Amino acid sequence: MNDDAPIIQASGLNKFYGRFQALKNINLNVKQGERVVVCGPSGSGKSTLIRCINALENHDAGRLVVDGIEVYEGSKQIRNLRQEVGMVFQQFNLFPHLTVLENLTIGPVRVRKLNKQDAERNARKYLERVHIPEQADKYPSQLSGGQQQRVAIARSLCMETRIMLFDEPTSALDPEMINEVLDVMVNLADTGMTMVCVTHEMGFARKVADTMVFMDQGEIVESAPPEKFFTEPETERCKAFLKQILVH
Amino acid sequence: MIDVLAKLKRLHWFDYVLLVGLVAVVVLIWYRIEGSLNYTWRWHIIPNYILRFDEDEGRWVANLLLQGVITTIRISIYASILALVLGVILGIARCSKNLTVRMLARTYLEVLRNIPPVVVIFIFFFFLSEQLVTAFGIEDWARAIARQDEKEVWEFFFGDMRRFPSLVSGVIVLALFESAFVGEIVRAGIQSVHKGQHEAAQSIGMSKTDQLRFIVLPQALRKVVPPMANQFISLIKDSSIISLISVQELTFKTVELVASTRAIFEAWIVTAVFYFVICFGLSLLFRRLERPKARNA
Repeated sequence: MNDDAPIIQASGLNKFYGRFQALKNINLNVKQGERVVVCGPSGSGKSTLIRCINALENHDAGRLVVDGIEVYEGSKQIRNLRQEVGMVFQQFNLFPHLTVLENLTIGPVRVRKLNKQDAERNARKYLERVHIPEQADKYPSQLSGGQQQRVAIARSLCMETRIMLFDEPTSALDPEMINEVLDVMVNLADTGMTMVCVTHEMGFARKVADTMVFMDQGEIVESAPPEKFFTEPETERCKAFLKQILVH
Repeated sequence: MIDVLAKLKRLHWFDYVLLVGLVAVVVLIWYRIEGSLNYTWRWHIIPNYILRFDEDEGRWVANLLLQGVITTIRISIYASILALVLGVILGIARCSKNLTVRMLARTYLEVLRNIPPVVVIFIFFFFLSEQLVTAFGIEDWARAIARQDEKEVWEFFFGDMRRFPSLVSGVIVLALFESAFVGEIVRAGIQSVHKGQHEAAQSIGMSKTDQLRFIVLPQALRKVVPPMANQFISLIKDSSIISLISVQELTFKTVELVASTRAIFEAWIVTAVFYFVICFGLSLLFRRLERPKARNA
């Protein structure tokens, strides 16, 4: 694929929940290897946006192309798309009835049709990468929140996707566990993975983001490189938001 | 002993009034039976109808009541398995995205819920299981086995092979009836699985079938073990209804016994005790099995 062509291409996206407009005319291009951090007050449509990218939500109008696949409701390509787009959820959503290792191998085995040995070898490799190789045979409920979220990241990695989406990955964690998850995400960013993260962790954003996107009331209000975004935001709404969030 | 005394001390005066009242009612009923009905109790004939010593073969064999118990247990086991299979299908259908599938499942449930069991059983029997038994030639097939010499294995699983068609009818009818309720339990289980589980499974690209098979159903079924166990016990009790379609289970055999001996009270009391022991025993067993499972919720 051409390196310059965006891997995620959204133009004029609109999304309604009944009469409430969750996304208003969203235009967003993400290049391969680019790290985008999306921030904004709650209810601003950040989660909706990234849930549209892997078709967990369907947009109502506009065009969305991800990794060369046109995304629309009822597309037969959705499963192919999801194999290329990993997702990490706020609530981890690990499969509680499966061990950590089974959580990591079920996708590769059932979807990628890998054989079990290869899938397990791979899984152990990625567990190593998220620093919890010793937890392979435990059940999710036996792990701490931070460990569970790292397993969730490893689960996505095992699918060897080209894009990773993070939907407030640290919001459900106790404060002392946030850093262990962010560290893993920083390492991941260093590997050149294309990432779109919804997060309020501005320290993380400064460290890894190529592009900051600020959303409010369903719109992208501002989009800029972090140096500019944090020092001289253009809009009042963005200034107000940053002031609130950076005070603590 | 000390425990009992300690518990006695916790009784309130009102509890004593209730107990005295209860004893009075029992005595009164007893008096009516003894006095006005002029009933002669013949408890001594009952054991013989449970186990009988066969003089010709020189060994103990099951007589009417025990035969009935065994048939009831057989039918309950097979009907439960069939009801579980049908119920899971029905439960999945109830959660289907397809409106027609959902409506069909819903209709089946509502029909069964709003018609008395006895009527349901007759309808299923005449319209369905009779036809199935004839269509598949089960009657001839079973008779052929009954004539064979090596039929022990068959008889262990299905009892007297000449009665096999009626056993099949009974199992089908009972399973169809119970499947509606099993289906509701399964539906509740499926719907109790958190939405995030579906999303996580979708996000790694799993197909609908795989999501159901590997993620949703295993969690759903684990959650519904307790109500499912109760439903199994209900099924054992409901199995007495199929005596109406001449399946020779415990209730049917008791009717036979009463007809030939007129030991009405003894026979029905013994049958009640059989049902109670089986059902209460299972209920205690399930309660014990559930306890250690509580940790992996």
